[in-house]
Amino acid sequence: MSDLPIRSSLDPAVRLLSRVGLAALAPIAAVLFALGVSALLLQLNGFHAADVVNVMILGAVSDKRSIAEVLLKATPLILIGVGLCVAFRCSIWNIGAEGQLYAGASAATACGVNFGALPAWLHIVLILVAGSVAGAAWGALAGLLRVYFRASEVVTTIMLNYIAIIFTSYLVTGPLKDPAASYPQSAKLARDLWLPRFLPPTRLHVGILIALAAAVAAYVFLFRSSAGYAVRVVGLNPSAAAYAGISVARNVLLAIAISGGLAGLAGAIEIAGVNYRLYQDISPGYGFEGIAVALLANNNPLAAVASGVLFAVLRSGSELMQISAQVPQVLVFVIQGLCILSVAAFGALRLRGPRPAG
Amino acid sequence: MQTASMLDFLSTTVGADWRLATPLIFAATGEAICERAGVLNIGVEGIMLIGAFSGFATSHATGDLALGFGAGMAAGFLTALVFAVFAVTIKANQIVAGVAINLLGLGLTSFLFRTYFISTGRGVDIARPLNIPFLSDIPYLGPALFQQNLLVYATIPVVIAAWGVLFRTSYGLTIRAVGEHPKAVDVTGKSVALYRYSAVLIGGVLGGLGGAFLTLAHANQFVENITSGRGFIALSIVVFARWSPIGVFFVSLLFGLFYALQLQLQADPNVRVPYQALQALPYLTTIVALMLVRNRWDAPSMLGIPYWKA
Amino acid sequence: MSVPSAPILQMENISKRFGRVSANAAASIEVGEGEVFALVGENGAGKSVLMSILCGVLRPDAGRILFKGQPLKLGSPLEATRHRIGMVHQHFMLVPNLTVAENYVLGERSPFRPLGRLTEVAACIVELSRRYGLEVRPDAFVRDLSVGERQRVEILRILYQGVELVVLDEPTAVLTPGETDRLLKLLRELARDGKTVIFISHKLDEVMRVADRISVMRDGKVVFTTLTDKTNPRELARQMVGRDVRTDLPARAAAPGRVVLSVENLHCRNDLGLPAVRGASFEVRQGEIVGVAGVSGNGQSELAMALAGLIPTTEGTIKLNGEQISGLSSRAINRRPVAHVPEDCAANGVVLPLPLTENAILQSYDRAPFATLGMLNVRAIESHTQVLVDQFHVRTDGIQAPIQSLSGGNQQKFVVARELARHPDLLLINQLTRGIDIGASELVMRAVLEQRDLNKAILLISTELEELFALCDRILVIYEGRLIGELPPDRGRLEELGLLIAGEVAEAHRSQGGLTQSPNSTTAME
Repeated sequence: MSDLPIRSSLDPAVRLLSRVGLAALAPIAAVLFALGVSALLLQLNGFHAADVVNVMILGAVSDKRSIAEVLLKATPLILIGVGLCVAFRCSIWNIGAEGQLYAGASAATACGVNFGALPAWLHIVLILVAGSVAGAAWGALAGLLRVYFRASEVVTTIMLNYIAIIFTSYLVTGPLKDPAASYPQSAKLARDLWLPRFLPPTRLHVGILIALAAAVAAYVFLFRSSAGYAVRVVGLNPSAAAYAGISVARNVLLAIAISGGLAGLAGAIEIAGVNYRLYQDISPGYGFEGIAVALLANNNPLAAVASGVLFAVLRSGSELMQISAQVPQVLVFVIQGLCILSVAAFGALRLRGPRPAG
Repeated sequence: MQTASMLDFLSTTVGADWRLATPLIFAATGEAICERAGVLNIGVEGIMLIGAFSGFATSHATGDLALGFGAGMAAGFLTALVFAVFAVTIKANQIVAGVAINLLGLGLTSFLFRTYFISTGRGVDIARPLNIPFLSDIPYLGPALFQQNLLVYATIPVVIAAWGVLFRTSYGLTIRAVGEHPKAVDVTGKSVALYRYSAVLIGGVLGGLGGAFLTLAHANQFVENITSGRGFIALSIVVFARWSPIGVFFVSLLFGLFYALQLQLQADPNVRVPYQALQALPYLTTIVALMLVRNRWDAPSMLGIPYWKA
Repeated sequence: MSVPSAPILQMENISKRFGRVSANAAASIEVGEGEVFALVGENGAGKSVLMSILCGVLRPDAGRILFKGQPLKLGSPLEATRHRIGMVHQHFMLVPNLTVAENYVLGERSPFRPLGRLTEVAACIVELSRRYGLEVRPDAFVRDLSVGERQRVEILRILYQGVELVVLDEPTAVLTPGETDRLLKLLRELARDGKTVIFISHKLDEVMRVADRISVMRDGKVVFTTLTDKTNPRELARQMVGRDVRTDLPARAAAPGRVVLSVENLHCRNDLGLPAVRGASFEVRQGEIVGVAGVSGNGQSELAMALAGLIPTTEGTIKLNGEQISGLSSRAINRRPVAHVPEDCAANGVVLPLPLTENAILQSYDRAPFATLGMLNVRAIESHTQVLVDQFHVRTDGIQAPIQSLSGGNQQKFVVARELARHPDLLLINQLTRGIDIGASELVMRAVLEQRDLNKAILLISTELEELFALCDRILVIYEGRLIGELPPDRGRLEELGLLIAGEVAEAHRSQGGLTQSPNSTTAME
């Protein structure tokens, strides 16, 4: 006789909470480990280990303005992280989110400084769409190289990163250069094209809402839609996918295009919401940080929101640490790297857990 | 165009080419050995960066160049050890671990640099060119080939040694087998893990050496992210060269040419091409190379796949 | 059963279990020095397991091994080699990108020695090669060698290592007839040279040609041992298949309707590029269950995959309800009323980390009732999954449990339930009750019979005679890619079936006075 589910008696809310809690254990441990090592690193180099908590974490969320800054930074991180959740679930190692962000930012700027005749709201939508499309295309390029040339997407996406960054540099020193500026940058976007802010006097703009919406949409896509199901099957078992009539090539392209599109959207939002113009080094490494965001979230788009906010706290905090305690803010890269290592280790160890008897 | 200035241009370019290719040659040779054993280490970039910084810091502190290079190699060794633990023992995803190593490399080196060196501004004495007597005086050929520093010359014996080890020793034989069919090696009683560790560590030492070259023989000080993607280019050099050390030497020279041309042409006001086009050349070539080598039949079959003893 | 004067090998009461399955149950064999000994039986009889224990790959739960009078406890294949016992596996341990000589040197100690040894080794190989008539080129790269050549390399390798006892597991499975001849001659050569040879096979003609003594295994035990010249294929076949086949399942006289599946002259290749199906032709009608019997490795897997569109066909046609489907992709075939229970469900039929609910929709994830406008209908999926679970009493911790937490048998039950529930016109099943215990097997088999009664067409490929006899209306036999015979599920003709499975077409015809029908009228050579 079929066994009744053992846990049917528990309240579903409690079940959900306990599942979320268990799932969060490994990432929390990973972050604690990373922070611990960083604290040690600080201590060994003449700084105060305690600053890691006091300044970096607590300082980052101390008042309304600093929380707004965190959410501002969380926006691209969530978008990129969510996109990478989709790619990683399809077993596609998209290391190119940084380049896809630049592609999106460039397209968004090109769109923003032209087409002046359009009504503002339409123009803004166009800017965001242009960014997404450019990012998706940049990602799809690597996807095509993998499908038709069996070229490893790891190397191609990394190469495309550099090409995109160099191309952006070309744009701001050439075709998009603001003639009035001596520094290589594009013209500034018109004021009515800036993404609306909704929490004065902070700089927080609607981008964060777009990011949240994207996370929900990605979750629904992956776990509630047929297309997302196909993407996941391809990532987990390509031969079962073939058996089920699911096309591996099409889903690879779809997944990397979605991932690139979200990274491109992040780039567009950085332009329309934060910087209002294009210049070199517009991203402080969001594309790579996004990898840590996705991995820490176990490739779950909803968890990527929390993960993105966490990494934004660390970033914001590391800026504060530099200002107040002269700790170089690049420490945040060390934290990111350590987080990824811990998560990777937990992932591998979990796979080798006890299997039930055959 | 006068022949003299043409030859001059060629001579300088060839010389610069070999010199600029040197870090690539070291890093790619090491990575070729690593990948032959079946381990894909995309953390070469991070290893090179750590080697660059360690070499610089040691040289700065002690004034001794040789010690600096040694430190670079040791630092590469240690970083590769961390990677090996994750890739071979823990059997974590090798790509993810490599990304982490790159982030750690960038973060650590930049952090330490800013903490200790940013105010000093003082560089190190870089490796001096070693003129080979008689040969270095040959017009045009001399400056091109025979006025390099010791490490540039060293690329040749290193590449030959790597080739020799891989193809003429029992150790190299086993390394090549481990990357294709580790089970066949396991069955003979040898430790697949041990061989993979050794290959990864060799890659680390050479990667660290390549990185140290950047600060001790190329520039005269450390700059954050001084590698600028050379580690990733090394990855594609390995593919393009079909995992052969001799091939690595020549393909690296090709990529070195791009860097050399960038320098030459940037200085030339007659050139109309935006300098970014030249900057992008190495990366574009990599993509084209991957498209050409499309079948990748030469790739070690078990590349990137951890080995579980049954 | 005769005992040689001084058996070089005695395996006594060897037992080995894998979970609940008893692979070897107190199996005993004796092998004399310098003889060719054959171990014969169907799939799952326990032959490979017994030999793996002998060669140090597996360790027995009970029993002992005496080699040259001394007890032997082997912890690894390396130890076996040291005792001069070597096995040539079905999957070669050869590194493709190295040469033959380099492969031989691979196992040697002192890793830092330069490879001057290679010329020595090459000379040795040439010498051995000449002595045994085994053509092996020491400088050839393994990846350039044909399968037959690779096998020769493997055999020569263990000779090079100086083994005295040579074990071969189904060596002719991958060889052409010419290569098979050469191999069998070689086995006799080895025996003449003083080596002892044990080989595992299900092909009686080869065994009769070459072996001195034969033991038959069935259900993990050795049931019969004899000298070759004191037996005949019929007796061996009877021993191989003789069993109680249950008959308490409702058998209805089949009244088959129209043709659903029509296969004509089908040819396809396996993943080594060798022909695996060579001109198969047959039909399956509504309301009938057609079985395909045979030891695995004779082309059944490829046949099933070709029908499901997973591998291309090189020649021939497949028609479903009159429509040509050969050459269609598996996606296109999925859209047609065909269901497929694959051979290796765990690898291809399910996605292990996903929960049961998501595995229930593997084939139909983008269609009603499981999806509307591209979105999954969770409730429909859940209730369907529960139905599947209830149908065969799949033991699970709830329908959201990842399917990898189920035992293999329960996974199989789930997949069968899923495919049956698609109510296809044609049901392709490759191994129905693999891993499923007796009680559940009956349930599953009844469900298949129900489908037949609903006028479905069912093709059942199986290595289990029990299944075939219980369910099929007629049984085809596949051997080396060809369908060489067809029988009704008549227990009286069990011996004939055994002969066909073992490739003994002539004997089979003789045994029933020519009542065997052959669905293939062509006798085309390979």
